[in-house]
Amino acid sequence: MDAVLMQAADIDRALTRIAFEIIEGNKGPEGLVLLGIPTRGTPLAARIAAKISAASGGVPVFAGSLDITMYRDDIARNPLRVTRPTDVPSTGIDGTTVVLVDDVLFSGRSIRAALDALSDVGRPTAVRLAVLVDRGHREFPIRADYVGKNIPSARQERVSVDLAEVDGTDRVVIG
Amino acid sequence: MKHLLSTADLTKAQAIELLDIAEDMAEVRTREVKKLPTLRGRTVVNLFFEDSTRTRTSFEAAAKRLSADVINFSAKGSSVSKGESLKDTAQTLEAIGADLVVVRHSASGAPQVLAQSGWIHSGVVNAGDGTHEHPTQALLDAFTIRRRIHGSSSRGADLQGLTVLIVGDIVHSRVARSNLWLLTTLGAHVTFAAPATLVPLAIDRWPVDVVHDFDEALAVKPDVVMMLRIQTERMRNAFFPTEREYARLWGLDQDRYRGLKPEALIMHPGPMNRGLEISSEAADSAQATVLEQVANGVSVRMAVLYALSALPDADILGRPE
Repeated sequence: MDAVLMQAADIDRALTRIAFEIIEGNKGPEGLVLLGIPTRGTPLAARIAAKISAASGGVPVFAGSLDITMYRDDIARNPLRVTRPTDVPSTGIDGTTVVLVDDVLFSGRSIRAALDALSDVGRPTAVRLAVLVDRGHREFPIRADYVGKNIPSARQERVSVDLAEVDGTDRVVIG
Repeated sequence: MKHLLSTADLTKAQAIELLDIAEDMAEVRTREVKKLPTLRGRTVVNLFFEDSTRTRTSFEAAAKRLSADVINFSAKGSSVSKGESLKDTAQTLEAIGADLVVVRHSASGAPQVLAQSGWIHSGVVNAGDGTHEHPTQALLDAFTIRRRIHGSSSRGADLQGLTVLIVGDIVHSRVARSNLWLLTTLGAHVTFAAPATLVPLAIDRWPVDVVHDFDEALAVKPDVVMMLRIQTERMRNAFFPTEREYARLWGLDQDRYRGLKPEALIMHPGPMNRGLEISSEAADSAQATVLEQVANGVSVRMAVLYALSALPDADILGRPE
């Protein structure tokens, strides 16, 4: 049975809070690069970047994407995954603070792959992690710096995030 | 998709997904670290029974950029043909630990035999078999066309409505065959222009128009003109009287080049016979895509090697999440 855990307004409030926490942690918006992990991390990164920018008097904050498909450790065990574009600043990410953005933090394997992918793109000063939902069950020593909502879940349950840019509507569902 | 043997096996969705993956592989070339860890620990064997520099090098570069180990096996001068010795060679390579075998063979159908005989379990990529097929060449041609036409909005796009003219030695050309199937699948309309002696017999059953006069074929102002190499190594009969006559009737010379519409693409799979099927003016023009085709070949082959390394028999349409 599916239950809606977050509505559009809840998601928006969570992203606003994450945006302010990022500004606070970074002591301002300078040197921030937000990279979403496709598919749904990408629009989340764009939304958070827009909020950071709006809260900082319009300072532009780069929002892009980091595809991890070719860095996964389970390629031969799964059907073919189609890659997505990686979009990073043309000046590179060296010396920046990269905030990785994903929709759901679960095993931590995606983030492990993202850290590998990131090191092939450049050498940021620091890497942070922001997720809309942390549902637990980590398989790697990875934790998020910014969490929209902690959702305790059973391992076999399915937590899915729908976003207007991808799915036409904003909500978080468990089932 | 476990093997890539023929472009006739590809659905439109599969073809577009391969081209989309190739777009992302092309992006890797612009990075400081031009390597992906995707095929680490896997072995790709280039099994080449026929001379090839660019295709073998391209596959080798593609495999290495995906961090695979590459073994090059070339049977130059060997009398290996279909049958027992192909079997022994392939089984030896599998015993060495090949995960993917890239095979080029002068016998049409040799890659099918390898893939379907049960001799080996590795995936097989056809890198050109006789006069039959050269699927990765067609994929890189389609990729090159799509990039030139659609630019940065190429992802997901097909080639609907484009007119492609393929000119010259059709009968010996696996490039023409593979392109015909793939470009037609992607929505393009293909015309062959060739002297009657260089057109295969069964052509009336293929989804293609055939014109026996180059100038007549150019009069409709095609979007793409693909010149084929005259394959002297496969010609055991006189297919045309003299090279000079061929160049005059079927070469993309200065006048024909200048008569093309300005945005028309000029393609050639290489190596070019300058002055025979293509003039230097055409080959060196901004409309020519010859070097792009080579560069794109690596990206497309990376996409193919990656796609064949996913769970075999899986639907290529598997979603990314």
